[in-house]
Amino acid sequence: MSTVHTKPLCTRPMTVLAHSVFLTGRLLRTLRRMPTFLVMGLVQPVIWLLLFGQLFRAVVNLPGFAHGGGGFLQFLTPGVVMMTALFASAWSGTAYLQDIDRGVMDRLLTSPASRGAMMCATMAYQGIQTVIQSLIIVVIALLAGAPFPGGPSGVGVTILAAVLLTLIFSALSNAIALLTRQQATLIAISQFTTLPLMFLSSAVMDLHLAPSWVGHVAEYNPMEWAVVAARQAMLAHPDWSTVWAHLGLLAAAVLVMAFLATRAFRTYRKST
Amino acid sequence: MVAVRRSEAALEAVDLVKTYSTGRNKPPVTALQGLSFWAAKGTVFGLLGPNGAGKSTTVKILSTLAVADSGSARIAGIDVAARPDRVRQAIGFVAQKPGTDPMETATENLLLAGRLHGMSRRDAKARARELIDRFGLADAANRPVSTYSGGMARKLDVALGLMHRPQVLFLDEPTTGLDPQARSEMWHEIARMAGDEQMTVLLTTHYLDEADRLADRLAIVDHGTVVAEGTPEDLKSDLRGDAVQVELAATDSRAPAVLQRVPVLREITLDGCTVRGRTDDGARALPPVLAALEEAGIAVTSATLARPSLDDVYLRHVGHSPLTVGDEDPKALEAAK
Repeated sequence: MSTVHTKPLCTRPMTVLAHSVFLTGRLLRTLRRMPTFLVMGLVQPVIWLLLFGQLFRAVVNLPGFAHGGGGFLQFLTPGVVMMTALFASAWSGTAYLQDIDRGVMDRLLTSPASRGAMMCATMAYQGIQTVIQSLIIVVIALLAGAPFPGGPSGVGVTILAAVLLTLIFSALSNAIALLTRQQATLIAISQFTTLPLMFLSSAVMDLHLAPSWVGHVAEYNPMEWAVVAARQAMLAHPDWSTVWAHLGLLAAAVLVMAFLATRAFRTYRKST
Repeated sequence: MVAVRRSEAALEAVDLVKTYSTGRNKPPVTALQGLSFWAAKGTVFGLLGPNGAGKSTTVKILSTLAVADSGSARIAGIDVAARPDRVRQAIGFVAQKPGTDPMETATENLLLAGRLHGMSRRDAKARARELIDRFGLADAANRPVSTYSGGMARKLDVALGLMHRPQVLFLDEPTTGLDPQARSEMWHEIARMAGDEQMTVLLTTHYLDEADRLADRLAIVDHGTVVAEGTPEDLKSDLRGDAVQVELAATDSRAPAVLQRVPVLREITLDGCTVRGRTDDGARALPPVLAALEEAGIAVTSATLARPSLDDVYLRHVGHSPLTVGDEDPKALEAAK
């Protein structure tokens, strides 16, 4: 297949950018009309933060619990932020399924809309939701008494890591939506992947207290990369090399996933 | 002569083949088996055929949504397989299903389409207003599309396809599901824009009157190939003589055999309770037809004579009437064959 474009190559990135802005605008208008989704997505994390945080308050006192200095709530908050990002982004593909169902997808695919922009727009939309939700969770944790000595830069890194995690899994979810075109399949796959990803990370428990194989597996888990970066940045004296290394891993995964997911449009076309 | 005209084709499909797999251990379904046609610039070309004949598959391939297994297609001289990106800039696409975002207003839907086609914000706004006025949507322009009636939503679909002034417009069954008044308004609009905007329109439909009224040329499609092609007039004049149509009180498989014995009548078919035939002189053929049926004890409720219509053309090539597909008595269909 030829990759020649009508416009000179130098204007192509501008087109992708402009189309991303138009398409993200459409998604944000929908969110503005139905903000309930944003609020509904916060119910579960707040329960985790406040109930789970209370119930397991004493685990930080277990011998071997490494990051327990600021209490369990400070330990748990980055985990809950990432969990919310992970669960929300796993649903990202439903927007595509809705577009396919409503015929909007076919109309966009017969227009010059850039496929890359169609992918970027849904990812950006999920990312914006993650920023809002993460901020709300951090504020609730602060109100509940978490100290967060890392201050604004710690919160900034937490949100950045959450956004990168969102981008990875919304691209994956979009790709699954394009390849399967089935709501039931998408839901099944996201439920089978999100829970193991969460429990194979230190989101809710220090992995020093887990069997060593869990720790080894977690090293390859983007969820763990995000939790480690955020938790480290929240400390009074963060080890910045750890933070940047994990953010770098996340960013690389975003690029790979976004590229592969955009390729899924080709498979979609071939199977139409 | 033909070669000269073909070089001006705005739309050309050559030997398109497309099969769909239906799952493991099941034979693939052939949607298109060597479909070819072409349409001249600035004309309305109709693709007519029963459901499942391959009309929508053809539109999907020409509009870059699907890829053909083999064969080629060109839109405004651009090869669909090699340069889908350029084809997408040249076409407008109105699918069978609605393609509007129900959560957005008409204006928002139109502006997004215009901007994705590279129109400036100002041009897109002006064009959106023009189309909203032309399709009589001004009162509803700032309401979410989910509140629209079927006819209004369909008009917006067509307006979306026209937003960027495409060279070629695909209209896949544009009036299916519309009430008669909305349908006639839509016809008026399609005829006008094909003339005004010098646009080539590919219209698929299973309404014969729609094809007869709008299409400059048409192809009748059945089982994935073109079974007849020409102007509606050509196709009608290919059928010599008058059509005789007799409605029976109840379907009776003996009727065709009985009428075979009437010498002036030919091309006899049975379709449900309707027996059709063709004759050079209808007025002289009718009395012996009725007499033969009466003699065989087959009750008749009415008998009509007509000049050939597109319906007859269709019937001759596809073997059944377009609007009765699917809801017939299978035995009657068998008898008709």
